[in-house]
Amino acid sequence: MQIAHDILLRSYRSMRTIRDFEERLHVEFATGEIPGFVHLYCGEEASAVGVCAHLSETDTIASTHRGHGHCIAKGVGVDGMMAEIYGRKSGVCHGKGGSMHIADLSLGMLGANGIVGGGPPLICGAALSHKVLKDGGVAVAFYGDGASNEGTTLESLNLAMVWQLPAVFVCEDNGYGEATGASYACAGTQKARAAGFGMPYFDCDGTDFFAVYEAAGQAIAHARAGNGPVMLHVNLARWYGHFEGDAMTYRVNGEVARERAEHDCLKNFRQRVTEVSLLEPSALDEIDTSVKDEIEAAVKAAKSAPLPEPADLEADVYVSY
Amino acid sequence: MSKKSFRQAINEALRQEMQRDPRVVLIGEDIAGGQGGTAGIVDAWGGVLGVTKGLYTEFGAERVFDTPISEASYIGAAVGAAATGLRPVAELMFVDFVGSCLDQIMNQAAKFRYMFGGKARTPLVIRAMYGAGFNAAAQHSQALYPLFTHIPGLKVVVPSSPYEAKGLLIEAIRDDDPVIFLENKVMYDDEEDVPDEPYSIPFGEANLTREGDDVTIVAFGRMVNFANEAADRLEKDGISCTVIDPRTTSPLDAATILECVEDTGRLVIVDESSPRCNMATDVAALVAEEAFDALKAPIRRVGPPHTPVPFATVLEKLYLPDAARIESAVRSVMAYKKTKQDA
Repeated sequence: MQIAHDILLRSYRSMRTIRDFEERLHVEFATGEIPGFVHLYCGEEASAVGVCAHLSETDTIASTHRGHGHCIAKGVGVDGMMAEIYGRKSGVCHGKGGSMHIADLSLGMLGANGIVGGGPPLICGAALSHKVLKDGGVAVAFYGDGASNEGTTLESLNLAMVWQLPAVFVCEDNGYGEATGASYACAGTQKARAAGFGMPYFDCDGTDFFAVYEAAGQAIAHARAGNGPVMLHVNLARWYGHFEGDAMTYRVNGEVARERAEHDCLKNFRQRVTEVSLLEPSALDEIDTSVKDEIEAAVKAAKSAPLPEPADLEADVYVSY
Repeated sequence: MSKKSFRQAINEALRQEMQRDPRVVLIGEDIAGGQGGTAGIVDAWGGVLGVTKGLYTEFGAERVFDTPISEASYIGAAVGAAATGLRPVAELMFVDFVGSCLDQIMNQAAKFRYMFGGKARTPLVIRAMYGAGFNAAAQHSQALYPLFTHIPGLKVVVPSSPYEAKGLLIEAIRDDDPVIFLENKVMYDDEEDVPDEPYSIPFGEANLTREGDDVTIVAFGRMVNFANEAADRLEKDGISCTVIDPRTTSPLDAATILECVEDTGRLVIVDESSPRCNMATDVAALVAEEAFDALKAPIRRVGPPHTPVPFATVLEKLYLPDAARIESAVRSVMAYKKTKQDA
């Protein structure tokens, strides 16, 4: 499969940005300066980026509580995101949403979501908008193996088929719904679930950008061509706990270390593209440095950004009231 | 202007708004009906009580979407569609079914604008039937408007007549916030003069259906009719009542309620919803806080007991407020004043 240089560079940058953003949050959260809950996407970067590489601003995505990666992959700026997570007025949601509610509808980012299984029904609606307004867009629901057991998700698979929507259901299967293993909580298989609804199914190694890019390309093309919805099952691993502060006592010792050593999507990407001289190591180094600076600047700016003001408390509940 | 039923008034509002704005789409169970059956009749039902009848025939499959019996997915889809450029009107059939899709309303639609820093618009209308009096029993008879009123981000409409229903539904469809539009199922065949042309009635502006000096009666939805009936009877005995139809419970026209209580000094609130934390308690708290000095008698609330809605006709009649109970409440607040003066 040939992937254009600019897409490769952009995708690497996007994955590196997610990784650095999340690793930095892991450090900053431990200082106690970040309020609330934070759920990190480290280890899963190739999924968000491999899928969103096929999307434009016309297309819509809905994300999960573990949403930072999807936001970055869909083009939301790290400055606004970091400020939001710090609860600042300059945040993308003016400090009123926080980590779990980052959204930018102007970019087709329908929001992270604090409710497990919240996204799939919304994506049926976004797909309906694309279909009725005939704008050529597709709508993509990212959801986890945990959310795959929610009635909302199963109902959405059915509705999307009944209405033949341009929808893509991306099941990011990291093996854990909070602290409970998918091997315990998910009966049957995602593949069989898709088949039960007569829905085309694709799967891929979610730690391999190229595998995700290829599978997502086929899945999204199917939906975009008006052939109805598809499921894309992405197998990957979560490098941190369900939330920050989770000691992951439910995981086998060495499980995460092995994932980091063997299934690091960034390391694998670098190895793959430099081996065959698709990209120069120096070009990737340049991105690494630039992203590092960008995250540093975002944290610095967020820490010194103004807080919301008392008048903001009652603002923006309604368009008019 | 011609006589139209509550059902026809709602159908006309939907038709006229769909003609005006191509982004208005209908979503719901059996709102056309008959698709996929073997009889070959499409648009067979128009919803279980026929409210949307004919709209599928007029606007087609690109504007009117029958759904599986799958409230969480299609109400959620209506929310998602509203946030991305359509103006859906979703029919939840019986409001009691909100138990299957409350998340989509409470955690998604209601909160987008605030959570997203004022950057979202969710122009969504959810229509549903409410109310007792139909022998529909406990899971098909509730008056859940206080539940929605409690949730910031939602607007809640309880029309009291065909005229009100048409104007308020058109307003709801044109509104940029999520609106819960609740239709009392007993009223679908009620008739009155309704203008043929489109018109809208603003939210948060109460309607005074009677004006009087002695007692203010605040009533919601179908209860407005009973309050009017009670006021007309009391008038004959020289007790004159103001009847306020707030039209919307969120926003609530607090100013009009307070003004009227200042004038009459007595307040009776008629609310068919379960009595704990309902609109009657809400209005009572408002008046106790803001117009305490004007009160000549304790506030009286007329409502059902704190029970599920019963099935048997004899019990359901006992459950629901009616004109006689309102009349008796008004007489009791009038009597209270006399007792105090005599003492």
